[in-house]
Amino acid sequence: MRIPEKIAAFLLLALVSWCAHADDLKIGKLMHLLAKNKAGKATFVEKKYIGVLEKPLESTGTLSFEAPDRLEKRTLTPKPEALLLEGKTLTIERPGKKRTTVNLDEHPEVAAFIESIRGTLAGDLSSLEANYEVGLSGSMDHWQLSLKPRQARLSGIFSRILISGTGPDVRTIELDQEDGDHSEMSIKQADVAR
Amino acid sequence: MRKKRLPLAIWIAALFVCIAIIANTRFVSDLSAFMPKAPSERQQLLVDQLRDGIIGRLIMIGIEGGDAKQRAVLSLELARQLRKSGLFSGVQNGDSQTEARDRKYFFENRYLLSPAVTPGRFTQQGMHAAISDSIDALSGDAGMIIKRLFAADPTGETLALLEEFSGNSAPGMLDGAWASKDGKRAVLIAYTREPGTDTEAQARAIGMVKQTFAALPGRSASTRLVMSGTGVFSVKSRDTIEGEVTRLAGASLILVVCLLLAFYRSFWLLALGLLPVVSGALAGIAMVSLGFGYVHSLTLGFGTTLIGEAVDYSIYFYLQRTGELHPGRFWKTIWVGVATSIAGFAALLFSGFPGLAQLGTYSISGLIAAALVTRYVLPSLVPEKLGLRDMRRTGLALDRMLHFAPRLRLLPPALLVAACAVIFQHEGKLWNRNLSTLSPISTADQQLDQSLRSDLGAPDLRFMVAFSAPDTEHGLEGAEEARAVLEMLEKEKVIAGFSSPAFVLPSLKMQRTRQAAIPARSEAARNLDAALEGLPVQAQKLQGFLADLDSAKNRKPLTRSDLEGTSAALLYDSMMIRRPGDVLVLMPLREADSGADRPIDVNRVQEALGKTGLKHPVVLDLLEESTRLFENYRNEVLMLSELGCIVIVFLLLFALKSLRRTLRVIVPLACAVACVTALLLLGGTKLTILHLVGLLLVVAIGSNYALFFENSESSGMEERRRMQISLLVANLTAVGSFGMLGLSSIPLLSAIGTTVGLGAFFSLIFSAILSRSRVIS
Repeated sequence: MRIPEKIAAFLLLALVSWCAHADDLKIGKLMHLLAKNKAGKATFVEKKYIGVLEKPLESTGTLSFEAPDRLEKRTLTPKPEALLLEGKTLTIERPGKKRTTVNLDEHPEVAAFIESIRGTLAGDLSSLEANYEVGLSGSMDHWQLSLKPRQARLSGIFSRILISGTGPDVRTIELDQEDGDHSEMSIKQADVAR
Repeated sequence: MRKKRLPLAIWIAALFVCIAIIANTRFVSDLSAFMPKAPSERQQLLVDQLRDGIIGRLIMIGIEGGDAKQRAVLSLELARQLRKSGLFSGVQNGDSQTEARDRKYFFENRYLLSPAVTPGRFTQQGMHAAISDSIDALSGDAGMIIKRLFAADPTGETLALLEEFSGNSAPGMLDGAWASKDGKRAVLIAYTREPGTDTEAQARAIGMVKQTFAALPGRSASTRLVMSGTGVFSVKSRDTIEGEVTRLAGASLILVVCLLLAFYRSFWLLALGLLPVVSGALAGIAMVSLGFGYVHSLTLGFGTTLIGEAVDYSIYFYLQRTGELHPGRFWKTIWVGVATSIAGFAALLFSGFPGLAQLGTYSISGLIAAALVTRYVLPSLVPEKLGLRDMRRTGLALDRMLHFAPRLRLLPPALLVAACAVIFQHEGKLWNRNLSTLSPISTADQQLDQSLRSDLGAPDLRFMVAFSAPDTEHGLEGAEEARAVLEMLEKEKVIAGFSSPAFVLPSLKMQRTRQAAIPARSEAARNLDAALEGLPVQAQKLQGFLADLDSAKNRKPLTRSDLEGTSAALLYDSMMIRRPGDVLVLMPLREADSGADRPIDVNRVQEALGKTGLKHPVVLDLLEESTRLFENYRNEVLMLSELGCIVIVFLLLFALKSLRRTLRVIVPLACAVACVTALLLLGGTKLTILHLVGLLLVVAIGSNYALFFENSESSGMEERRRMQISLLVANLTAVGSFGMLGLSSIPLLSAIGTTVGLGAFFSLIFSAILSRSRVIS
């Protein structure tokens, strides 16, 4: 291949990727794609980077989602714990402790945080925009959604949530805090129904 | 003439004395004055709790209308101004300053407050285990939030503390202030400084809230205030009672005056006829005032009862003056009537219920005064021969009606049998156990109360452990001792949880034990170093922890004054009630299964507490306790009324000197009482103590009719006709004035009104039927 051909190929590639870029940046399309997620099961590995600790804390477990509003996070190691979100009720279960039920209407901060994940999984843009400034970058094959809380109260808890994925699958959820601490959750889809 | 003037002079002098006494009388309208003197220790606790406890001081406030932001701003400003007013010991609405003070108090004093601080806690092993647990907690879902506490509190005391309060639901937050679950109402709690039994003070506090709210700067007209609570209820019911009593007394007075005017056709006779009533009422109020130190408005409300009966005396007297009725026989009948009435009312006199005792005193002294005035004062004022309006036509008409009486003579006994059958059928469900049916509070107000209560997550405080201690320190130590037992019961699911004043302020003894469990700084540092072996934390990051431990070990123990400005202060005060000479400790219990009829097995809790070193701990079920209290009084009144009835029978036997004549008086009364009871039951009413009092009044009033009918059986035709008219008028006044009470919206008054109105009517009809049947046959 001669140099001009290389240049041409590069240009073509650049053009193609730019076209794809321009198209994929439309958030509506991503949301539409995500909204097709009807139910899914996945495993997760979450790492928390906390300044006072020398190494990240790792926890693992399973996630399951059922459209439109049921989300379950079951942590298996190191300490079993389960969060179940159904509609407006969040149930927390820990072995040896009383089961706690929280009404999200009474706890808008918790609700806003949870809505970021559920809203993304369900492709519900309006619910996301109610609480966050939503930004999108990348391509359809590798998109990244950034959510910045609008409420001052929330920014005390986290400064940004980054969600990335491939097509309709969410791959990672990162949470950044103002003091530099952050957490990363990588998700491996096990079973998806669309 | 002198002989006639003496009674007149005595009467006028007595009236002046009565008026002088009444002028210095305190009139009370709140229902708590009607509260019984409690005979048992448990019930005394209940009354104390109602009088001084947090229940009576709590005012729940809601702000509705406008938008959430407006409501929150109004809530914050309202709370700020109310706190300044000095009428409240605390106002809570979730404002950030109080929240911050609360956080500060619990965080700074965590080593003195945490139940986990035991001697092993800060050894090498203890710290290792606690810090490992905390790190595990950090990897959990709440990790990114609780990590802030970790550096200063690696052993997790703050979380251990929070665990203690976990069952208490706090109201939700919206725009910086408490809000209802649906977010449509901002909610606040205010605690009045004065006790809930001081209705005047409660009225002032409620007025202050209303006034302050109305004057809040920038308040939009669409926002409004709602309030509830025991104090609000008592002020409201006081206002209702005062309004109703005035209205009903006025209405029945007008009714009686109109009836009498139609009968007498003379203002002079009317005025004279009312003299016994007025004198009786004045004497009654004065006697109650002398005997009790105050007069309850409800007692005044029953003044209409006196109008009903005392007016009869003058009616009978006019009757005697009109005809040829033998004065000796006439007065004897009157005296026997008065005596039977007194025997009936005397039952009330001995009741432990101040309200009923007042009623008894009022009625007895009123009746005696009215009878005396009729006997000794009226004769000198009324002409010897009265030319009453000729009621011949009415009399004849009445007589014709009574001609049918013999055909109906089997009706009263038949009705008696039927009524008894109905009563037996309702055996076991005769009495109303639900106290709220006596409450003058409307259902709408009760619903508002429920909804505010659930918005605020205010516990209903039905169950509690109560004990007394010589001082606060012993009280707190007692609460700590009870804690171990209650935690066990919580594990066994007998209770869902409990509150303790020692959660927010441990006893000095406990604080010193916890301080002793903290090692000296150098030792703590050594233990920490060793404890961190194998954990992903370095000791130098936890220096704040060591400093806090050290200052906790060496600080002066916490006292009540350290709580100032926190919401914990109110919590503490609500559970530690200072009384002259000792402290009453109350530990509310949370119900394990709120759906059950008796959600907490009180006996089991009582038994478990009995094994501790606590002196006389009592487990209270306030609902059960108050229900039982009223049941005791009902049984007492029932017993006393039975006694009263027996006395009446003996009295009649003695006065009439004939069993047959006595029966003639008693049978129509018995029929009337049974029929009224049966009718009430058939109408779906369950009987209360007030119906019982009503029945007693039926006997008291009805006995006069029965006596006069019985007495007239031996007199002439003309005489009898006149007497029938008089009795009819007397009956109409009684039925009218009690019927008026029956219309009252206050259950207390309407229960008595309906019972007596119906009963008086039945007594007359049955007496007439039975008496006439005998005359004709």
